Amino acid sequence: MLKRAADGAPLPPLIEVRHVTKSFGEVRVLDDVSFAVRPSEVTCIIGPSGSGKSTLLRSMAFLETYDSGEILIEGELLGYRMNRHGQRVRAAQSEVNRVRRHVGMVFQQFNLWPHMTALQNVAEALLRVLRLPAAQAHDRALGMLDRVGLAARADSYPARLSGGQQQRVAIARALAMEPHIMLFDEPTSALDPELVGEVLQVMKGLAGDGMTMVIVTHEMGFAAQAADTVMFLDHGKVAAQGTPEHLFHQDTQPRLRQFLQNYLDRNAFWVRA
Amino acid sequence: MNIRFDASILVDAMPALERGAAITLGVWLAGVALGVGLGLAIALIRLLCGRWVRTLLRAYVELFRGTPFLVQLFILYYGGPSFGLALPPLVAGIVSLGLYGGAYFAEAFRSGFESIPQGQIEAAQALRLSRLQIIMRIEFPQMMVIVLPALTNLVIVLCKETAVLSVVTVPELTFVLTGIGTEKFAFVETLLTLCVCYWLLVEAASRTGLAIEQRMSRFLGKGGC
Repeated sequence: MLKRAADGAPLPPLIEVRHVTKSFGEVRVLDDVSFAVRPSEVTCIIGPSGSGKSTLLRSMAFLETYDSGEILIEGELLGYRMNRHGQRVRAAQSEVNRVRRHVGMVFQQFNLWPHMTALQNVAEALLRVLRLPAAQAHDRALGMLDRVGLAARADSYPARLSGGQQQRVAIARALAMEPHIMLFDEPTSALDPELVGEVLQVMKGLAGDGMTMVIVTHEMGFAAQAADTVMFLDHGKVAAQGTPEHLFHQDTQPRLRQFLQNYLDRNAFWVRA
Repeated sequence: MNIRFDASILVDAMPALERGAAITLGVWLAGVALGVGLGLAIALIRLLCGRWVRTLLRAYVELFRGTPFLVQLFILYYGGPSFGLALPPLVAGIVSLGLYGGAYFAEAFRSGFESIPQGQIEAAQALRLSRLQIIMRIEFPQMMVIVLPALTNLVIVLCKETAVLSVVTVPELTFVLTGIGTEKFAFVETLLTLCVCYWLLVEAASRTGLAIEQRMSRFLGKGGC
């Protein structure tokens, strides 16, 4: 499913994570993590809770610092720079923002701003960050809400929207900034089961449009259908990686098999005869 | 039992009472404005500035919350001239009311800012809003709604604290009415009237606060559809 350039060579990665390590005190949450995401590729990260999935994703938007290694967004180092002694130091905020300008983020808890309508939520960064004229920001925001099927709810405050609708507004808000990469941190985990589908539908639509996405998820069905690559994280390490077919059916790594078996057991609902 | 309540004393005192009420209202509103402005400035500077400035402001808050208002007023009014700061009673009253209230308002605003969910701030950061934009556009409007009940409470407390200004001869309600009471030996009439006056002012403040609260919290999903 890899998109290739005209000459047939694979396109350079949009995101490259190289030997990234991070500790919270004694606990090593990320341990030498490396992987790359190519344009239009959909990568799903799965793993038990506490395995470092969210920390990894958050550090890719630099909402989390990392101790060593490199995260490159479109070839540029995220969050740090080398000083003249060759030491790694924290980059200025403006530099961080410049490097992550094409990264959009969607959170488990939606994180909409409750004092703004759906439309205002989407338009805010267009007005304040991109400094678009009001009319243009309005039109683009409305267009984005339409894309997630919520143009009719543009003037609703978040408290008047269902969880699924709120998450779709949050997706529209990130999309409005025209990202090249979308990061999703367990986007359906806070939703009632019957609302999960509408959000996954929007995400599948995005994947179909060629959006590059990295998704931390517990939705194995979605990962199996939509992902190009699935990555299994365990104790901060990439314990298995490959196509959904490979990971879900062929890889024999015991921790992975146990994790998937647990998932199956939890989700089985047939009644014993 | 012989009950004596001479309403005619109050009729005679009406003009003086009206002047006193106007001054009470004036120092109260001026004190609140000063206090809210100061408290807001402190809360914002605490968010934006480094450790030293924060420690300094915290010391201010602790000092003014930790000592009686009456003593603060005495220090400013009677102690002021020693530092070359001889303020007229009215000015000293308003300033000390503002300084005292500012410490409490600052704390209310701080706790308001702290109760904004971190996730909303992260979402704004991921969209590349600046720190100042996040404070002004995301945190501030919600903080104001969150602190409204506490704010109303503080405004009410300050209303009643204006009575303290009578001891430095600010001609406000308490000063005027206790003066008439002593002069005419009519303590019950004047002191009960005084209570009613404060109660009316406080009632007006608390109703206004409630009305604003109901208007503003509608979008946070607490109101009806």
